[in-house]
Amino acid sequence: MAKIFAVTIIVIAILSAIPILRHTWWMAPDISTHGAPIDEQMSETMAEAGISFLASQILLAIFIWKFSQSKPGEKIRSFPGGAMTMVIGAFLLVGTEVLALGAFGAKAWASIYFTAPAPNAMPIQVQAGQFAFYFRYPGPDGKFGPLHPDMISEASQNVYGLDIDHDPDAKDDIVTAEMAVPANREIHLLMHAKDVGHSFFVPELRVQQDFVPGLDLSIHFTATKVGRYEIVCTQLCGLGHYNMRTYLSVLSQQDFEDWLKKQAASQ
Amino acid sequence: MHDMSAHAHVAHHAPPTSFIRKHIFSLDHKVIGKQYYGLALLAVFVGMFLSWLMRLHLGWTNLTIPGLHLLSSNGAPGNVMTPEYYLQLMTMHATIMVFFVLTTAPFAAFGNYFLPIQVGAEDMPFPRFNMMSFWITFAGFVVLVSSFFVGDGPTLGGWTQYAPLSAVGSVAGPGEGSGVVLWAISIALFCVGQLLGSLNFITTTLDMRTKGMSLWRLPLSTWAWFITSVMGLTAFAVLMPACILLILDHVAGTSFFVPSNLVISDQVQPHSGGSTLLWQHLFWFFGHPEVYIAIVPGMGIISHVLIANMRRPMLSHRTLIYSFGALAVLSYMVYGHHMFVSGMNPVSSIAFSFPTLIITIPSTILVLIWLGSLYGARLRINTASLFALGFISMFISGGVSGFFLAQPSIDIMLHATYFVVGHFHMVMGVAAMFGIFAGTYFWFPKMFGRMMNETLGKVHFWLTFVGTYCIFMPFHYLGLAGNVRRYQAFVVDYMQPLVPVHRFITVAALITGAAQLIFLYNLIHSRFWGEPAPENPWQATSLEWSTPSSPPPFDNFGGKLPVVYHDPYQYGVEGSTGDYVMQDSPEQIETVRDEG
Repeated sequence: MAKIFAVTIIVIAILSAIPILRHTWWMAPDISTHGAPIDEQMSETMAEAGISFLASQILLAIFIWKFSQSKPGEKIRSFPGGAMTMVIGAFLLVGTEVLALGAFGAKAWASIYFTAPAPNAMPIQVQAGQFAFYFRYPGPDGKFGPLHPDMISEASQNVYGLDIDHDPDAKDDIVTAEMAVPANREIHLLMHAKDVGHSFFVPELRVQQDFVPGLDLSIHFTATKVGRYEIVCTQLCGLGHYNMRTYLSVLSQQDFEDWLKKQAASQ
Repeated sequence: MHDMSAHAHVAHHAPPTSFIRKHIFSLDHKVIGKQYYGLALLAVFVGMFLSWLMRLHLGWTNLTIPGLHLLSSNGAPGNVMTPEYYLQLMTMHATIMVFFVLTTAPFAAFGNYFLPIQVGAEDMPFPRFNMMSFWITFAGFVVLVSSFFVGDGPTLGGWTQYAPLSAVGSVAGPGEGSGVVLWAISIALFCVGQLLGSLNFITTTLDMRTKGMSLWRLPLSTWAWFITSVMGLTAFAVLMPACILLILDHVAGTSFFVPSNLVISDQVQPHSGGSTLLWQHLFWFFGHPEVYIAIVPGMGIISHVLIANMRRPMLSHRTLIYSFGALAVLSYMVYGHHMFVSGMNPVSSIAFSFPTLIITIPSTILVLIWLGSLYGARLRINTASLFALGFISMFISGGVSGFFLAQPSIDIMLHATYFVVGHFHMVMGVAAMFGIFAGTYFWFPKMFGRMMNETLGKVHFWLTFVGTYCIFMPFHYLGLAGNVRRYQAFVVDYMQPLVPVHRFITVAALITGAAQLIFLYNLIHSRFWGEPAPENPWQATSLEWSTPSSPPPFDNFGGKLPVVYHDPYQYGVEGSTGDYVMQDSPEQIETVRDEG
């Protein structure tokens, strides 16, 4: 039985690794300017984790196979070098490995989160609520009108709580249910939640950020490839969570301007 | 043997005579241990049944499940699960499994039964606290399950109960009113129960050791329970007040976790000044140590089981203990890795990332010591040792995915996906379950005086080992492809091609779950009709095998406490009559020293 067990462990380990090596299920292709270090970090980590996984499982299997066959009375032997070798090995090999991963990973993280958006980045606001995202573009004046939570009304389509009768800055604001951005232009996304926690996840854009009620957060990114991508919510927000999604269209500059004009006309 | 008067300061209690004092409100740690085991057994089948319903729904959304409306007519009109009912079942599955199974069985059940015996004590120092600990925990379970039948059902907010979804009341969704309050009461009760249990475990280990039982002579299982109870004392002490604050937000009009100006159903909510991230900090300050509360007892148990079946001590007893301790200490410094994309200061993410990566060092040392100890051993293959070895395999598989989740940059892609679900199910769910199974097959003869059926045990092992890999390895692939967790259906365009993978997982889950009925049958059948157990069926050395009978008498050692002469694992002893020497054997031997 020990031999069957050993073989089973090895078979499971190899079968588990095949879809990873073949990228049968893998991250969607990156369309951002900041995603390359994330992808690189993912590949590095996969290589190191994969080697650790296969080596340990295979070693476990070999030892089960080999040392379950001992005859009664056979003398116990100890692993050459003993426990100290293990401890030193773990500190040197794994310690170096994880510190390297940590350092490079921190660099990748810092390149995204420790940099300010460019001064000319395009501001777009996103509001998350059960169970929809709404986007707001500042209009020709470049200014967002103030928000009035008490004026929010789904029924009268005032999802942001804008007072267009009294706030001049709000008059030309453009509110949309889908998001569009021009390709190769940095976007400064200003995020707030209307009710409970939500999240903004676009796998292709290598962006995932929670909305935190009570906090105004922002992220910035540049999409490089024209196309239509899905935005999904990843923070459990209630019964319609699974269906809280919309689309991000990455357009050429001209297409984007046309789209925005069309949206403004329909306000 | 020395007289029990050595422990005269302990509140001794006489053997009970009435049925109620003997089997229900018992002060005997062994009865309490069995009660905890029984509770965990009930809970695990409830939790598993819920997971079956969830898996069926995920594989075939809108599937008619005959009889489902009997569970909830609102949740399953026409026997089809509603989206909110899926989330309610999911939340209950997780809460039941994490608290009432993974904490209860390996820690509270086996710890209660065997820790006092392994240290050579007649009972715990505070038997009444111990009894209260179980009954408060049981009350917590009853309160949790009662939420199925109260108001609009249990909470749907997930076991993490993130605010403000959990704090604003039923306006946020079904179950978010009375369901959350019952959830929070249940968990607060659970915390009180475990705090009382932890106090007993710590005091028993430090104060109740028999003559000759130095700390380093304690078996690894006792060390694991001891370290876990120290973690429990601090972790549960944070979660309990957090639950009380959550209850106050519901019933007393406070706003600990709710900021101002939230608008739900076009109404501005009557709260102001609270912090939603505060809940996350409090929850995860408990939540991450909880992972180790679930897994460290399993590590101790499988080490103990493996040693008896390898016929040799571990390469280094002390290194294993130091590694358990390192995991415990580090577990408090890593909790922020659950919050990388939460809006927490991004500098904190890096500060939490490094300790998370460093925790792989003690974890690797543990695996290497287990593997290195297998080298040159005389390994016996039986159901207990198979589950112990399976634990190592699962711990490796679940552990390596931690490399990814420790890094904030990668977490951008994997956070809240099935990758995370696969990771924690393998490393703290399945591995801990394997620890429970190893402990059960190993200690059953001591607890009930009968052997479990080995053939059924092995069938159970094979189906469970292969089955759990078939379930949880594909979770990682789904996560890499961006499959978000906590979705009741996969309507997102890019997730629809992943549905066949979910169907494969569902079939595997149904088969693996059914295999657990073999275990249940074996447990019940062996309890009454199993082969009578020999005195020391595994030829093991620690004190639980020195009691005068199986199960041990009321005071464990029949009026005389053992005196300990040896380290706990004297196997492969030169010049001894057998290949092992009991801890309390006065036989003079050359101690088998490890290299630690």
